[in-house]
Amino acid sequence: MKRYIPAYAGTVTVYIFIESTDLTPEDIAVRTYEIAPRAMVKETCFGLQVTGKPEEVDGIVAKIRAFDPAHIFVKDRGFPPGDPRRCRANLGGARPGFHGHEFELSLIGNVSRGLEEDLHPTGVAVPDATHGRRPPLPVERLKEIIEEEESAHG
Amino acid sequence: MVKVFIYPTTSLILSDLVKRFGHEPLGSALGIRERIQTAGFESPPLQITPEEPKKGLHWAAVEVPSGVRGRMAIMGPQIDAADAAIIINDADLAFGCMGCARTNELLIYLLRTKGMPVLNLIYPTTEEEGIAFVAAIRKFLGSLGGGAP
Repeated sequence: MKRYIPAYAGTVTVYIFIESTDLTPEDIAVRTYEIAPRAMVKETCFGLQVTGKPEEVDGIVAKIRAFDPAHIFVKDRGFPPGDPRRCRANLGGARPGFHGHEFELSLIGNVSRGLEEDLHPTGVAVPDATHGRRPPLPVERLKEIIEEEESAHG
Repeated sequence: MVKVFIYPTTSLILSDLVKRFGHEPLGSALGIRERIQTAGFESPPLQITPEEPKKGLHWAAVEVPSGVRGRMAIMGPQIDAADAAIIINDADLAFGCMGCARTNELLIYLLRTKGMPVLNLIYPTTEEEGIAFVAAIRKFLGSLGGGAP
């Protein structure tokens, strides 16, 4: 076994996802360099990865989020950017974790709408979301679907 | 600030909302970061050593596969540290091999039996569900105290 000496020990890395029609990852990257000259910033197709001391990264996240609060999302990352154990330049194919992000980004517009309502309430009725399960398909509706299919192909 | 365990443990949406509303999200990234940043012997890709399945015995019995116990060595301490949890049920992305799938089942079981506040949700597929989703999380986190206004 080989001795392991971690790179970037004592730092944190965060993903910053930008799903905004007003900002691009490039805009945010330039602003991040302006406000945090010591942090390591990597621009990606979906946003940024920022690595630095925890308090520095927290400050950057707070300032970046303020640019478009309902459309900028932040998540911790375990690996630093470009780590050969995770970077797809070394592995080929999608980066492990990409498909999870891809799935959530397909729904994130709905969360942005929820955040807009949270930030600037328009008074729409808020349904209850705490049931925690999709309602089961009623038997009557299942019978209707079967009959529709049978009559269509029948 | 309250420590809130999120499930799926890699969820971007939950991690963001918990932090945005002033609390600390506990997920897999923190456990992985701890291993990646600790010096020792090289054990790629995740620095999981043969010691991890032994640590996992604290949360899973010895006849449980080592893949589950190894994963529990990462997630178990975070469940112990958590004061509350948010679970997204029927999450399409939370699937996997026997190790991942059984660990996920064990995680949900441990979260529900710990006796702490747990919020159960599903992913929002419409804008109305998105409004309800964010409102439910804000209300839940507000009830824990110590968060952002």
